[in-house]
Amino acid sequence: MQLTDHRDIAADPATVWAAILNPEVLKACVPGCESMTGTPEEGFEAVVVQKVGPVKARFTGAVKLSDMVPGKSVNITGEGKGGPAGFAKGGARVELAPEGNGTRLTYTVEANVGGKIAQLGSRIIDGFAKKMADQFFENFKAALEPAEAETVVADAADAVAEDGAEPKKGWFKRLVGG
Amino acid sequence: MPKDHGIGASSKRREDIRFLTGQGVYTDDLNLHGQAYAVIVRSTVAHGKIKSINTSNAAGMPGVLAVFTGEDFKDVGGNPAGWLINSRDGTPMREPKRPVLAHGKVRHVGDAYAAVVAETHAQAKDAAEQLAADTEIKDLPAIVDMAAAVADASNRVHDEIPDNLCFDWGWIEDNRAKVDEAIRNAPHVTTLELINNRLVPNAMEPRASIGEYFPGTGDYKLTTTSQNPHLTRLLVAAFVMGIPENKLTVVAPDVGGGFGSKIYHYGEEALVLAAAKKLKRPVRWTAERTESFLSDAHGRDHVTKIELACEKDGTFIAFRTETLANVGAYLSNFSTATPTFLHGTLMAGPYKVPNVYVNVKTVFTNTAPVDAYRGAGRPEATFSLERVVDKMCRELNLDPFEVRRKNFITTDMFPYTTPVGLPYDTGNYHATLDKAMEIANVSGFEKRRAASAAKGKLRGMGLSTWIEACGIAPSHLVGVLGSRVGLYDAATVRVNATGNISVMVGAHSHGQGHETVFAQIVADKLGIPESSVEIVHGDTSKIPFGMGSYGSRSLAVCGVAMTKAIDKIVAKGKKIAAHMLEAAEEDISFEDGKFAVAGTDKAKTFGEIAFSAYVPHNYPLETLEPGLEETAFYDPNNFTYPAGAYICEVDVDPDTGKVDILSFVCADDFGNIMNPMIVDGQVHGGVGQGIGQALLENTTYDENGQLLTGSFMDYAMPRAEDVPFYQVDYSCQTPCTHNPLGVKGCGEAGAIGSPPAVVNAVIDALHRGGHTQVKHIDMPVSPSRVWSAIQG
Repeated sequence: MQLTDHRDIAADPATVWAAILNPEVLKACVPGCESMTGTPEEGFEAVVVQKVGPVKARFTGAVKLSDMVPGKSVNITGEGKGGPAGFAKGGARVELAPEGNGTRLTYTVEANVGGKIAQLGSRIIDGFAKKMADQFFENFKAALEPAEAETVVADAADAVAEDGAEPKKGWFKRLVGG
Repeated sequence: MPKDHGIGASSKRREDIRFLTGQGVYTDDLNLHGQAYAVIVRSTVAHGKIKSINTSNAAGMPGVLAVFTGEDFKDVGGNPAGWLINSRDGTPMREPKRPVLAHGKVRHVGDAYAAVVAETHAQAKDAAEQLAADTEIKDLPAIVDMAAAVADASNRVHDEIPDNLCFDWGWIEDNRAKVDEAIRNAPHVTTLELINNRLVPNAMEPRASIGEYFPGTGDYKLTTTSQNPHLTRLLVAAFVMGIPENKLTVVAPDVGGGFGSKIYHYGEEALVLAAAKKLKRPVRWTAERTESFLSDAHGRDHVTKIELACEKDGTFIAFRTETLANVGAYLSNFSTATPTFLHGTLMAGPYKVPNVYVNVKTVFTNTAPVDAYRGAGRPEATFSLERVVDKMCRELNLDPFEVRRKNFITTDMFPYTTPVGLPYDTGNYHATLDKAMEIANVSGFEKRRAASAAKGKLRGMGLSTWIEACGIAPSHLVGVLGSRVGLYDAATVRVNATGNISVMVGAHSHGQGHETVFAQIVADKLGIPESSVEIVHGDTSKIPFGMGSYGSRSLAVCGVAMTKAIDKIVAKGKKIAAHMLEAAEEDISFEDGKFAVAGTDKAKTFGEIAFSAYVPHNYPLETLEPGLEETAFYDPNNFTYPAGAYICEVDVDPDTGKVDILSFVCADDFGNIMNPMIVDGQVHGGVGQGIGQALLENTTYDENGQLLTGSFMDYAMPRAEDVPFYQVDYSCQTPCTHNPLGVKGCGEAGAIGSPPAVVNAVIDALHRGGHTQVKHIDMPVSPSRVWSAIQG
């Protein structure tokens, strides 16, 4: 399956880019992720627990980043082995562009499964992959934005002006001190 | 008055007592002292190079006794194809080795590449999962689509076969130019491209095998889910393992359905024997349901273009077909016969069409092997023909009943040899069509259609007139056509000293009811109660060398062998009676269970003759042997040709596309009927499977060769609510002319004749509902496909 979507994030492209390369952020955003280690250059090692229809498995796999254009775009590919449950393979093309005060993150995700997951769970795999992608990018957006960002993105500048306070930082910003 | 005994009676199925009370004994029910459990490790990718298999972790796990990989079997033989087919240019088919366990490459999801044997099933399964984790397989691009497989020489299922083509077969090649010419010059040509959907046989009992080895004698025993234990013995012993046939016994006990999928020898059978020898313990394996989906031989999977050339009045001039037939990753035993001699030779149907040419290209793909499944090639032929005839009738605005009538071979034309080479011995296709129309009340259709319309439903009626060649098979014919085996059968009739009878048959009953029907025939011929006859089958140490059950052959081939053995028993009985009654042998008659001297009241009962045969106190031993036991082998002169007419009525819900089957009428000619109740059951089951194919079942591989329909959640089997109350008739009987029982076979008929009747009915409903843009819908005719077709 293939799906394309985008998210508007209330953070500048440089901040978003840094987050994409940060294993701690990825760990927090990948649904069911138990661990994520490594570096953007060497690639990441991930352990993810997920349930696809009747099949629950712990996937261990490698994530690679390629065709990196800092601040602009990257290809993310990964393959996870779920032991007797089979395997999942996927890739995402992520592109960043300034949008107002924030960033528009556009993604095209492709996912394939094999083995028992395909045999027993194929009828739900498209919905599952879409849900995983949606959750990931929602989490990612939330990590970069103030808690109430959903409603205040467009008015962020005004909010600062009106009450004179800084907007609340997303936890990633707090983490990296941005 | 219906008979209550013997031939023609609806004797109740004696085997059902054990089947219905849970007392059948299937392979998996057997427990042997010291048994160990095998679990197979199967590929999760469709195509890949095996880089390494590290067995040490698995081998060290608790309870593990042995680990096997392809390396252990690389020097034993391959599992062979049973038919050698030549391409149009005369070159023999490409026949890659099919190993016990994959070696070097895996070629489909589910391809077995290793096995673990352990003390318990759970331990074996744990170790198999470890072994899979310790195996490195490099992915190769999967070859799934047949057209792409043939077009792309760079990607190969078997490295030595450049275009993934097994063979390119023409039938009959010499007719090709003439057929092409006839089509070029015809006033009308109807063309139809269609897919005969791939099916998983789904026998209720998954495959299972138990291997035993007896070090004291060097004997092996294989208990397995087989439709033909002698053929399995021949294949596993002589071709694969190199065990002398006399050192191997193969037993197929109660078997819970096969539908073709259990004809073939599978690698697991060789594996459990090798493991049993290595461990000197019984080793057992039982497939899980998903393993059945992955590794049982599948059925159908043809992509066909058919052209029908005719006069404007519907008189047929020529048929021409081009088919791509999927054989999957390896050649299963009959995979090369199914799309050729069980398909191309039937492409004239019951019609007097003068020109027919069939081209079949069989293609290797990274999918499970495909082989014969109930009907085997004949459903594919029937579906192509009956769909294109229906389409032609719509194009020329002709009545489908009249077009069939106009083109049927007539009774005065038999014996009739078709342009595709089969000599039909007898039939009456007009009679079965008339009968079907009468039962279906065709003239009352318009009223029923109006009633459906009042409920918002589109009602349609579909017709299919089918023929098959079964009673497989005359060895002299199949030998010419490429078969590497003969297809006779055999029976031994042993009259015991107390007058009851054990009959050892080569046919194998896995649900058909042989134990009942064969006993009816013996009882009828010998004038004794059915309860005095026992049918023994499924054990190579007991039965003569017969070829098992498939291709609607059991009664028409093995049943005839049995009657020939009975004839010998009667002849021997006359000799004994002549001695006992002090009369000349030629003066002895046998009737109603009594041997009598003609014209006198001197007689001996069958029981007295039997007892005397085993207590020969005063026999003239130079001229009369003791004992009363005879064996006969029977090799038929010709195929048998059952035929019939099926009429299906459906309602289509135009809002959802759902199809409901309202009635299904079968008028068949099976020749003489031995047990009407069992014939009813066979037709019901066959039509049920045909409705499954037409409306529900589909085997789906994605573009990476992953099987997406690997469970009953995703593969839709027909359920009780999907099928109607069938109306089955077999009163039109033209007995087979070349076997003494006059029988033709009924096991596959329903699955052959029904799919086009269903699809024709759906198309009819849509046309009557104004959706005339719909020319064809591929099976399964699911709600989404019908709805999409309605939307245009």
